[in-house]
Amino acid sequence: MLLIACPYCAMARPELEFRNMGEAHIARPLEPAAARDADWAEFLYLRSNTRGILLERWRHVHGCGRFFNAARDTVSDRFLATYKAGEACPPGILTPERAI
Amino acid sequence: MSAFRTQAGGRIDRTKPLSFRFDGKVMQGYQGDTLASALLANGVHLVGRSFKYHRPRGVMAAGMEEPNALVTVKRDDARITPNLRATEISLYEGLTAFSQNRWPSLAFDLGAINSLIAPFLGAGFYYKTFMGPKILGATRLWAKLYEPFIRRAAGLGVAPGAPDPDHYASHFAHCEVLVVGGGQAGLKAALEASENLQTRVILAELEAECGGALLTEASTEEASWLSDTLATLDARDNVTILTRTQAFGAFAQNFIALQQRLTDHLANPPADAPRERLWQVRAGEVVFATGAIERPLVFPENDRPGIMLADAAKTYALRYGALPGREAVVFTACDTAYAAAFALKRCGVDIVAIIDLRPAPGAGLAEAARALGIPVHLSSTITGTKGHLRVKSVSIGTLTPDGGVRAAGNLPCDLVLMSGGFTPVVHLFSQSRGRLDWNAALKAFLPGEHAPNQRSVGAAAGDMPEAMRGGVIGACPHGRDAARVKAFVDFQNDVCAKDIALAAREGFHSIEHVKRYTTTGMATDQGKTSNMNSLGLVAEALGKDVPAIGLTTFRQPYTPVTFGLFAGESRSEAFDPIRKTPIDAALRAAGAAFEDVGLWKRAHYFPEPGEDMHAAVNRECVTTRSAVGLFDASTLGKIELCGPDAAEFLERMYLNPWKKLEIGRARYGILCNEAGFVIDDGVIGRLAEDRFHITTTTGGAARVFSMFEDYLQTEFTDLQVWQTSITEEWAVIAVQGPKARDVLTPLVEGIDLSREAFPHMALREGRIAGVKTRLFRVSFSGELGFEVNVPAAYGRFIWDRLWLEAQKHGGCRYGTEAMHVLRAEKGYLIVGQDTDGTMTPDDAGLSWAIGKNKRDFVGKRGMMMPDNMAENRKQWVGLEALDSTAKLEEGAQIVATATPALGEAALGHITSCYWSANLGRIIAQGVVKGGRAKAGEVVYAPMPGGVIPLRITSPIFYDPKGERLDA
Repeated sequence: MLLIACPYCAMARPELEFRNMGEAHIARPLEPAAARDADWAEFLYLRSNTRGILLERWRHVHGCGRFFNAARDTVSDRFLATYKAGEACPPGILTPERAI
Repeated sequence: MSAFRTQAGGRIDRTKPLSFRFDGKVMQGYQGDTLASALLANGVHLVGRSFKYHRPRGVMAAGMEEPNALVTVKRDDARITPNLRATEISLYEGLTAFSQNRWPSLAFDLGAINSLIAPFLGAGFYYKTFMGPKILGATRLWAKLYEPFIRRAAGLGVAPGAPDPDHYASHFAHCEVLVVGGGQAGLKAALEASENLQTRVILAELEAECGGALLTEASTEEASWLSDTLATLDARDNVTILTRTQAFGAFAQNFIALQQRLTDHLANPPADAPRERLWQVRAGEVVFATGAIERPLVFPENDRPGIMLADAAKTYALRYGALPGREAVVFTACDTAYAAAFALKRCGVDIVAIIDLRPAPGAGLAEAARALGIPVHLSSTITGTKGHLRVKSVSIGTLTPDGGVRAAGNLPCDLVLMSGGFTPVVHLFSQSRGRLDWNAALKAFLPGEHAPNQRSVGAAAGDMPEAMRGGVIGACPHGRDAARVKAFVDFQNDVCAKDIALAAREGFHSIEHVKRYTTTGMATDQGKTSNMNSLGLVAEALGKDVPAIGLTTFRQPYTPVTFGLFAGESRSEAFDPIRKTPIDAALRAAGAAFEDVGLWKRAHYFPEPGEDMHAAVNRECVTTRSAVGLFDASTLGKIELCGPDAAEFLERMYLNPWKKLEIGRARYGILCNEAGFVIDDGVIGRLAEDRFHITTTTGGAARVFSMFEDYLQTEFTDLQVWQTSITEEWAVIAVQGPKARDVLTPLVEGIDLSREAFPHMALREGRIAGVKTRLFRVSFSGELGFEVNVPAAYGRFIWDRLWLEAQKHGGCRYGTEAMHVLRAEKGYLIVGQDTDGTMTPDDAGLSWAIGKNKRDFVGKRGMMMPDNMAENRKQWVGLEALDSTAKLEEGAQIVATATPALGEAALGHITSCYWSANLGRIIAQGVVKGGRAKAGEVVYAPMPGGVIPLRITSPIFYDPKGERLDA
């Protein structure tokens, strides 16, 4: 069982308290009506399915209830960082071309 | 005393004799014995039959690595545990054990015929033999003939038939240091780590006592070190020593699972004691002190009872005072076997000879043996053994310089000790994803780079005395026809050296493939004694180095674990949480039949004496429409939403417009996901400018709450809105029917219930029978209806008061089934039953609800995707069976023609279908491609009893104008 550091509680808690909520940094378009069909389809369905470091959303559902983001290596299952919703991924985790 | 007991010594308590039964025969042992040591002390080696060939097998090891001695222990009819290793079973008074996989008896087993047809049972024989013929279809012959036969013939013990009466505990623990293994290295690690009294240390030892090899043999100095160490650790409050506890799984970030066996060693376990306890330990550091396992030698007929590991024989003699034989031949490639031979000699066992594969054992050993009168044959091997139920003799061969073997006579014996060297136990290390490195000198894989905060110590790390080093892996030379010789590698799965050679010849070059094809290492012992030898054989067959072949994956559990341990207390009623409404007791008292809805227990219907479900539901439906019915709707999901932007938030989430909803009014809201598909619905009432009372479906409550939270926290962060789940806060009683107002009038205070003052889809706050209420005028039945919300603690009280009033008007209680019938008559859909997550509001006939002037809401853009606007989508419609009593069922497919051609696509399917007592016929709704435009057309539902013609109609069958709602 993984230990996951909730950035709001500022402590590592067991995986049982959390729920994975899919890939992070997929923003809802501000003007959905203006989005082309292909853009909307991408927003709805297309995910990076990364082998390696993936930025994903987690929710401390049986804790503070907050949504936050995490950088997790999908190969080793290691958490490299967790950070609050709305923040950018901490520097040094992603390669420059992927940095968000 | 048994002839096979030593005169003195060992860790058994000779003052406490115990009697036990094996296959019905009563025998004697001592407190401190294992079943294996007690059997050996009674001269019993034959304890089981092998998996595939049913060959007679005896005890081979002295610990958890035992592949042969699998037995069933029976305490009573419900407490039968198969496949236990006799080497791990602590003896107690009255222990009853049985051998396995034999019929009619252990000594005479008809299954042994498999040994005669062995040439057909080689590697991959399942795949090669049981392929056909395909006379009964491709798979039938396998399922009907071969598989049942194979399952009966190739087997382990039989699972108990009764539910497990024991209970199993569970414990979460945290410590700074977890030490796995209580041998010398583990005890040392625990001693050092616990010097700082702030450091919490847990030590898990698989056996009944700590000490490891020191329990077998210890100098005076070592013995006093052991007792001092145990005393010191015992005195330290920061140390927890768990014996009879195996660490069976290592998970991410030093999370280790332990199985603690609490009562299996007791003759009379306390009735309330848990049988086992699951420890889930999060450790700061994990120390693997798991030791090493001796390897068998792979020589012809090396599996007869009486052939065992040298170290095991020494353990039986010295630790348990049980002599495994009288005339022993020792066959070794490792120096430790000499010490074993000398120890047994001192105990009175005649050592017939030491046969050493190597030209030169450790310095002085051969001389020491000869000085004791033991003949030593160097550069020699065993080329075969004889003896049906017990080894009787071995044939010696001398290795010749050209690589051949020259026969060198036979030696009679009743015991063969073998030692191929030692394999460090790296299972948990490897489960933790540590990297293994090949050590050519030790012929072993050793822990290389560890996972963070882990280390290995002692023999597990390759730190072994010189005598334990070396040895061989692979098979011993024998000079016989390799294709006809049974030299076992994996004893538990009956895999021979020739099987592995065959697999290599047939092209299986990956160790993972060889493993699956031959099944080597796939038995319950996970190849503890066999993996390295099979690896050596594969490497030799392929002409590659061992590290180039690699190891198979180590998986949890390290040794088998009971299902009960994992289930813990989560059994029967405690398997899943049960949710009951505040009115539950009243429903039970009224004789309700219940159904499970998610975790909820909901009243399904209320049968009167003599009524079946059908009759009860019909009565409930008719009574509600003609008089009044009470329904417990407390399970409805409820959310209180407040904040200055609450209305704006609802605007963005739901299809409907909310900003202009007046205080005290309610609206039926529909919720979509971003893809534009309906996911939930419910009535939402406005309590104040900045406060709403939202209801959701019963099943969708948590999902909707989570979705709102997501949007509030991550998308619509500009809004000041807060939500609280109030599902359990309010009990909800639906009062439905033409007499509903009459039922409420005597009880309600401070609310004008008149048609004009309190119209349909309105909400009032006041009191009922003195209790504060949020009273909704809503209807899910199509009748005049109210939903009485009261604080949960008053739910039962108000239900009882309402029931007293309802009875005065000829009312009834009704359950979820009648609720469904009534709503279907009225054409109200159920999200999740009539919709399936791919239906847009338009598909469901709900597009009227969409706020036309809203710029955006969740789902708006999704609905406009081309596919969602396409012609001929499945639409929700009513379906009227032309034969009003047709046996139609939900899920039935709908097709265009009465006799559809094979492969013709369905137009849709039935989503709801009920007998309507009020209408006197069957009613149905379903989804049909382009359904609304096909109103009046006839489609067909093929059912097992014949095709049922259906006319497409509006989904509303009852009171289409809604006049009864406004009563």
